[in-house]
Amino acid sequence: NFSGINYEIIIIDDGSPDGTKDVAEQLEKIYGPDKILLKPREKKLGLGTAYIHGMEHATGNYIVIMDADLSHHPKFIPEFIRKQKEGNFDIVSGTRYKGNGGVYGWDLKRKLISRGANFITQVLLRPGVSDLTGSFRLYRKEVLQKLIEKCISKGYVFQMEMIVRARQMDYTIGEVPISFVDRVYGESKLGGNEIVSFLKGLLTLFATT
Amino acid sequence: MTKLAQWLWALVLLGSAWAALTMGALGLELPSPCREVLWPLPAYLLVSAGCYALGTVGYRVATFHDCEDAARELQSQIQEARADLTRRGLRF
Repeated sequence: NFSGINYEIIIIDDGSPDGTKDVAEQLEKIYGPDKILLKPREKKLGLGTAYIHGMEHATGNYIVIMDADLSHHPKFIPEFIRKQKEGNFDIVSGTRYKGNGGVYGWDLKRKLISRGANFITQVLLRPGVSDLTGSFRLYRKEVLQKLIEKCISKGYVFQMEMIVRARQMDYTIGEVPISFVDRVYGESKLGGNEIVSFLKGLLTLFATT
Repeated sequence: MTKLAQWLWALVLLGSAWAALTMGALGLELPSPCREVLWPLPAYLLVSAGCYALGTVGYRVATFHDCEDAARELQSQIQEARADLTRRGLRF
């Protein structure tokens, strides 16, 4: 509120079992539906459709996508906005790998997997963006709409595909270093399944874009 | 052109150039020292690429920034927010 930026928050909850919906409903009452909007869904339906669902009710010109578990800190949003104005970017992507971006709560194994995966992605896709799997981004509303129409992947790969498609469509992308504080709430696990589907997705993007 | 297509093109181009030169096709007879270097070049490049990859990833893991301050700040802000929201009537 101090920043003087006009904003609204849209919360998409896919039936989280941890009471998210109740808290969100209370917040909506406290702050009013012009500031906080809860748009729940019956069950877990996936990221792409969550974005679409959210956008249907968004009244702004720019959309910031972020995780709601405090791993993404809202204090970076003014920096995203500043960066966007600076270069008139279509997209501003938060990066954990450049500048004073970083993470907290990752052990050596997790860091190794993260950097290794990012390296392979850079070599194969040459995206011109340092953090391809991050999900803390600012988009122009029309840009987000167009990109979602084109993207078909799921999970981590969806985030990568958004950037790759954006490049294909000649959208401009700026970067802002962010700190990612993991495991504030709950466990952060990166299992073999996720790694396999990441690689499959990566190879698909490599072969089709 | 897809990235895969780009890679295949580059491999075919470089591969055929290397094969042509090392086998003396096109009637080109390179002096012996040149051929001795050229012949193992692909293997050498592959190993170098592997070392570069390992080195780069290793360096990036070692210099991966740990945001201790951010974590601490977040914890204190969570306390602040909980207090503020409880005052406004939120029941956790």
